[in-house]
Amino acid sequence: MEALSNKRKVLEAKPLNIWERAYLPAIVKGMGITLKHFLFTKAVTISYPEQKREFSENFRGMHSLKRDEHGRERCTACGLCALSCPAEAITMISAERKPGEENLYREEKYAAVYEINMLRCIFCGLCEEACPKEAIYLDGDIVPSDYLRKDFIYGKDKLVEAPLNQ
Amino acid sequence: MGTTDIIVKLILIVVIFLISLVVAMYSTYAERKIAAFFQDRLGPSRAGPFGILQPVADGTKMFLKEEIIPANSSKFLFIVGPSLAIMTACIGSAVIPWGQTLKIGTYVLDLQVTDINVGILYIFGVVSLGVYGVMIGGWASNNKYSLLGAIRAASQNISYEIAMGLSIIALLMTTGTLSLKEIAAQQHGWHWNVVYQPLGFLIFIICAFAETNRSPFDLPECETELVGGYHTEYSSMKLGFYLFAEYINMFISSAVMATIYFGGYNFPFMHSLGLSSNWVTILGVIALFAKIFFFIFFFMWVRWTIPRFRYDQLMDLGWKTLIPLAIANIVITGIVMTLFK
Repeated sequence: MEALSNKRKVLEAKPLNIWERAYLPAIVKGMGITLKHFLFTKAVTISYPEQKREFSENFRGMHSLKRDEHGRERCTACGLCALSCPAEAITMISAERKPGEENLYREEKYAAVYEINMLRCIFCGLCEEACPKEAIYLDGDIVPSDYLRKDFIYGKDKLVEAPLNQ
Repeated sequence: MGTTDIIVKLILIVVIFLISLVVAMYSTYAERKIAAFFQDRLGPSRAGPFGILQPVADGTKMFLKEEIIPANSSKFLFIVGPSLAIMTACIGSAVIPWGQTLKIGTYVLDLQVTDINVGILYIFGVVSLGVYGVMIGGWASNNKYSLLGAIRAASQNISYEIAMGLSIIALLMTTGTLSLKEIAAQQHGWHWNVVYQPLGFLIFIICAFAETNRSPFDLPECETELVGGYHTEYSSMKLGFYLFAEYINMFISSAVMATIYFGGYNFPFMHSLGLSSNWVTILGVIALFAKIFFFIFFFMWVRWTIPRFRYDQLMDLGWKTLIPLAIANIVITGIVMTLFK
């Protein structure tokens, strides 16, 4: 039957000629190629802790809880981030702001405990999309390695941005 | 042989033994580093400057690992395997002439442990013994992968020994001696045997790759098919001995190749430089080691270039190509010798 597309190519396995069957010319050629790499090509390795790969601008790394322009925590512990999280990595306990704490928390309600399990987190960025207060961003670095599972549950001490005037 | 001679020989033996161990140790480092450079990587770089202490760290790790002897293995043979492998690897260096003679005062120091008149035969014997370490270890493990690896090692070594021996016969026809010292002395200056026996050298180096179980002939430890081959069940320093034996074998076969085909300690214009004989000897030792290191590099270069042979291709190459070529080489050598003498 005639092929309609006319794209078909008939391939036939040609028997190797004596030059090809001798192996050695091909081996010498291959060794030339590897020698070129040995002598001239620079290593592409990035020695990680000392050197760092350049990330793209929308790289999603470790989370940070933001402060507003007066240095107050933006988070109101509404729980939308925890709700939106597909990996269920976020959990929090809310508390009410006491009088005199207005310089610490922006709204009347704030997160007393805010924990992200970095082993569960898939860095999808849905929490920052869900946040109505622009309080959480995944703008940090790579989450560092550690020995124990419990050390991967990051609390507010690691997540909240440094205060403004310090 | 007086007391001084015995002491001097003992010192020489210890020095050569240490040199082969250190060279083998740093071959592992060189292998990793060279492999990295061939693949555009950096290689080990953390232990010490440029990772120079990496072999020490590897060795320490090997010694500290848990030693596992499988319950159903033959315990005695399981231990004999790696011991035999490393022992046979080490004793090959005894007949290699590392240099000419050094004159210290009135004492003449010969830089060769022993000059037996069947040096090449001795090397062949030791190399053939090497396969017992692999075979006994693989068989004693009581594991089908180990056994398959051991069987492969045995058949491969036996097949390639024939071609290797035949390629040497052509060389012996031209040199007329089996003593490595005389063979090295005959290749004075530029008269290296590789010039007279290029085909023989080619066959010899291919067989050397097979005898040392190096890629592309590393089927006995073919990890894609046989888990780890003959050392699947080995752990700790017993595994270390097997791996170490491979590097010592590589060093010794590089030394043999340098000695019988590339002039050993000879280098061009060695007597027209006007140096005293001691200096010529020292330069000769350096020349020999340069050749050895080039061959070790060549072993690694090939390993990181060529993929592994399939088992039937390996046997095909050994029996149908190398052995006829080696016989043809003998015939051609004989004809040329008859015509030009």
